[in-house]
Amino acid sequence: MSVLVYTENADGKFKKSTFEIVSYARAIATQLGTKLTAISIGDVSATELAALGKYGAEKVLNVSNDKLKNFINQAYASIIADAAKKENADIVVLSNSFSGRGLAPRLGVKLEAGVADGAVALPNLSDGKFRIKKTAFSGKAFAIVELTSANKVISLTPNAYKVVETNATATVEDFATENKATDFAAVIKDIVRATDKVSLPDADIVVSGGRGLKGPENWGMVEELADLLGAALACSKPVSDAGWRSHSEHVGQTGIAISPNLYIAIGISGAIQHLAGVSSSKVIVVINKDAEAPFFKVADYGIVGDAFDVVPKLITAIKQFKASA
Amino acid sequence: MKILVCISNVPDTTTKITFTDNNTQFNTSGVQFILNPYDEIALARAIELTEPNNGSVTVINVGEVGTEPTIRKALAIGATDAVRVNALPHDAWFVAYQIAQYIKANPFDLILTGRESIDYNGSKVAGMIAELLDIPSVSIIKKLDIDGNSAIVEREIEGGKEVLTIPLPFVAGTAEGVAEVKIPNMRGIMSARTKPLNVIEAITVKTLSDVISYETPAPRGQVKLVPADDVPQLVSLLHEEARVI
Repeated sequence: MSVLVYTENADGKFKKSTFEIVSYARAIATQLGTKLTAISIGDVSATELAALGKYGAEKVLNVSNDKLKNFINQAYASIIADAAKKENADIVVLSNSFSGRGLAPRLGVKLEAGVADGAVALPNLSDGKFRIKKTAFSGKAFAIVELTSANKVISLTPNAYKVVETNATATVEDFATENKATDFAAVIKDIVRATDKVSLPDADIVVSGGRGLKGPENWGMVEELADLLGAALACSKPVSDAGWRSHSEHVGQTGIAISPNLYIAIGISGAIQHLAGVSSSKVIVVINKDAEAPFFKVADYGIVGDAFDVVPKLITAIKQFKASA
Repeated sequence: MKILVCISNVPDTTTKITFTDNNTQFNTSGVQFILNPYDEIALARAIELTEPNNGSVTVINVGEVGTEPTIRKALAIGATDAVRVNALPHDAWFVAYQIAQYIKANPFDLILTGRESIDYNGSKVAGMIAELLDIPSVSIIKKLDIDGNSAIVEREIEGGKEVLTIPLPFVAGTAEGVAEVKIPNMRGIMSARTKPLNVIEAITVKTLSDVISYETPAPRGQVKLVPADDVPQLVSLLHEEARVI
């Protein structure tokens, strides 16, 4: 028995969400009194790998070869399943990221494991059961899922578990496994990543704009505010449907569900479908000129006022705050 | 070209979610059920891809007889025929297993699902079907084009996109951008009544997970309003009280 955690990297670097899942997997291993092994696939430096020890991994399996530099769903799933078998791991933990959503179901089938996707808390092990809380109904509720299988796969919602640091280091071992040729059927032609932008699903702060901004030409101040705060940009469904912003920025029930520490909604009334995707944000700030906007009912802080008046003032206030900090 | 679209019957997006029986049952009273919005995107693209070459689109749903209005809606939008596996969809594994067995007996060139259902949000059925059939899968796609015996897809990644070529058949979960959803016209609605809807019985499969109960999010406290002429106060509150900046 042991716990295996898949540590996803972006261009050879681990992200905060990776440290979250290692910390989370460490806590599960501690609950079960067993060891935690991490597996990394791709081109990650030895220092970066050893640093996973800080978050609680005792050992890191490093899979590094040119064919596996970028994420190939089938190949990565086969390798992680092989590593789970080698380590005698009955629990595999990964992030509920875009890639994690590709891996978790394949791992579930390979390991005959029940899959808890979008977990938001540690498992409850009382009465010898394995019960885990996950998001459901697009953020409108949570479901408690019991995994009844011997093997288990858990994917963790980004920003749902706090990073825990110690001063330990991990031992790093190379790990190699035979992939079937069919594992490489899908071929990557191009990767386009805006490296200067904060990625929305795992952002700490998100600044979001709605129809109240009147048109795409008015996004300059929203972008400036986001840049100042190191925040990711988001928008409401009407905005992406109108083509003012890309669909990849649409948060809500039929877009991306997010749970940042701070969500700032500008000119968004707060339809139930929008609230579903953002209600697990820790702190919500709403700026809207309509005092009756439903969003104020679920917000922590609000300003009733015109976005074109309030946002520039907010930018100035944050600049002053940063200058004095 | 033969495409299979896997569809779910889910509560309408405006539904207020509540539970009964000590939070162990979803309260369906007064709830309108709809075709899962992401599955509508998959269906729209499947129709676009098959119309020019006289292909066919089959929709499959795992559900009891109550899901048939949603299946008929898919037929009205333009699916050729439909299959209903007569069982409650216990979990993603159960659903994927039923669909994979159907595909083994009835091969397709392409299998599409929505990126997730808006009730359990698992994003698992596509990957599980693919693994059961040992074919490629791609979890969240924003663009899908067919080029001979393979497809070019754009996959969502954190902060960008990835372009892949994948040989047919494979399984993909569609998101916004793949197609504009189609509204059924009167001819579609009329013809949907007579299009084939085959009901098949489910296969017994080992249970791997159970939903035990539900919780609703803790309500937030009263909103703290800051006057529009004192915006710096908001910055102080976010820094000193909420400690998020």
